Amino acid sequence: MQQAQETSIGLKLALAWAFVGIPLAWGVIQTLINAMKLFQ
Amino acid sequence: MSFLDRSHTVAGPGFSRWLVPPAALCVHLCIGQAYAFSVFNLPMSKLLGITQSTPEDWKLTELGWIFSIAILFLGISSAVFGRWVEEGGPRKAMFTAALCWAGGFFISAIGVYVHNLWLIYLGYGVLGGIALGIGYISPVSTLIKWFPDRPGMATGMAIMGFGGGAFIASPLSVWLMAKFSTATHVGVAETFIVLGVVYLFFMIVGSIIVRVPAPGWKPEGYTPPVVAQKLITKDDVYVYDALKTPQFWLIWWVLCLNVTAGIGVLGQASAMSQEMFPGHITPVAAAGFVGLMSLFNMGGRFFWASTSDFIGRRNTYFVFMVLGFFLYCAVPYTGSVGSVALFVICFLIIISMYGGGFATVPAYLKDMFGTRYVGAIHGLLLTAWSAAGIFGPVLVNYIREYNVTHGVPKAQAYNTTMYIMAGLLVIGFICNLMIKAVHHRFHMKPDHEAERAQAEVAAVSEPAGA
Repeated sequence: MQQAQETSIGLKLALAWAFVGIPLAWGVIQTLINAMKLFQ
Repeated sequence: MSFLDRSHTVAGPGFSRWLVPPAALCVHLCIGQAYAFSVFNLPMSKLLGITQSTPEDWKLTELGWIFSIAILFLGISSAVFGRWVEEGGPRKAMFTAALCWAGGFFISAIGVYVHNLWLIYLGYGVLGGIALGIGYISPVSTLIKWFPDRPGMATGMAIMGFGGGAFIASPLSVWLMAKFSTATHVGVAETFIVLGVVYLFFMIVGSIIVRVPAPGWKPEGYTPPVVAQKLITKDDVYVYDALKTPQFWLIWWVLCLNVTAGIGVLGQASAMSQEMFPGHITPVAAAGFVGLMSLFNMGGRFFWASTSDFIGRRNTYFVFMVLGFFLYCAVPYTGSVGSVALFVICFLIIISMYGGGFATVPAYLKDMFGTRYVGAIHGLLLTAWSAAGIFGPVLVNYIREYNVTHGVPKAQAYNTTMYIMAGLLVIGFICNLMIKAVHHRFHMKPDHEAERAQAEVAAVSEPAGA
């Protein structure tokens, strides 16, 4: 029972962080690609 | 709509506090779009002419007001609605911010469609600005209550999202406009509608996830420090009583001066780098430099706010003021010796401290005024941002203009500004030095305590499930 609850919390955490983390990571990568022009 | 009430957001047993930062990020990543609004300026100046502006098209100066109105209303709404946000709870505030933010985009889309600029001022400027103010402060006190052991890190994470929102919005908006544009149409209205729908969805998800801790909740294994720390209060100060304290106004000036120094160079970084290093920094490289500055602005929010949990808030601002002073003084030297690398390093550190100033201030307020009304007090403090938004660019632009018209070479036109910015940081240092613990006469009296206890009883009587 406790293990099932822990798995459920872990899943919720993974989903919540992915929900905000994936778009943010995409934006950061796009910005880094642009920023590299400074060193070209 | 009782689902939105504070009493329905009290976390049940087994709720992980680590779900609250992504909830806060859902809101801050969306409203952070404001930093990227300039990507619409050029397309909106060619709505009628399509390939080039016609006399009937809106001018860039007229379009510039949209962002200014939004920032003005950010300051006004965070100050006016701060207490409501604090007492109504984070879900109601986030939900309201979501409706206003998306509504602002939808009204602006109509404004673009019928070519009426006043509708955009009203939509993105007024309604969007209100969403910015409410959305910005909504998760702050909730995060502080969930992370009493690391308040700086927690609020730093959310406020980092505000800096990072532009990273998503800028390429996404450019991509959407490219998708919707045709030979006879620019595609701004459709982009506004899509952004409005996407942001509404994200922000509502955030409002569903967010929870407030049950009264008396503490993180597992956390014991509040027994020995009282001089600059960290255990008492609360009522929101409007905070205005009567010198500490509030000293922090107001510390934030205002730190932001003035940063915002002035942030807006002019591209032009400044090209003029200080003609032939060395091309327009393309300058755009890369601006991108790198945005990354440090975002990263600095998390880094400095987290660092403040270890070295203290006042010491963190001392670092900003002292290090900032030396870096601003070093900038003219980097220009005179022609060192692009040193110039870039100086500005990247400066801009990280600009972001850090925003992110560390909620925890500073919590240390001074307690957690009860910290969100509302933070809302009042954000007027310092609005003021700095005017001072900073004006200082940089007008002094540069004055120097250039008086025969100073463009490469040296910013030197005076840099020394003035360094001077502002000296004033900021003195203000920070004067900050002492709030006098106990400002701490909440029993009638306020009773009001608080009543609210907490109401919250416990109707707990929500996790």
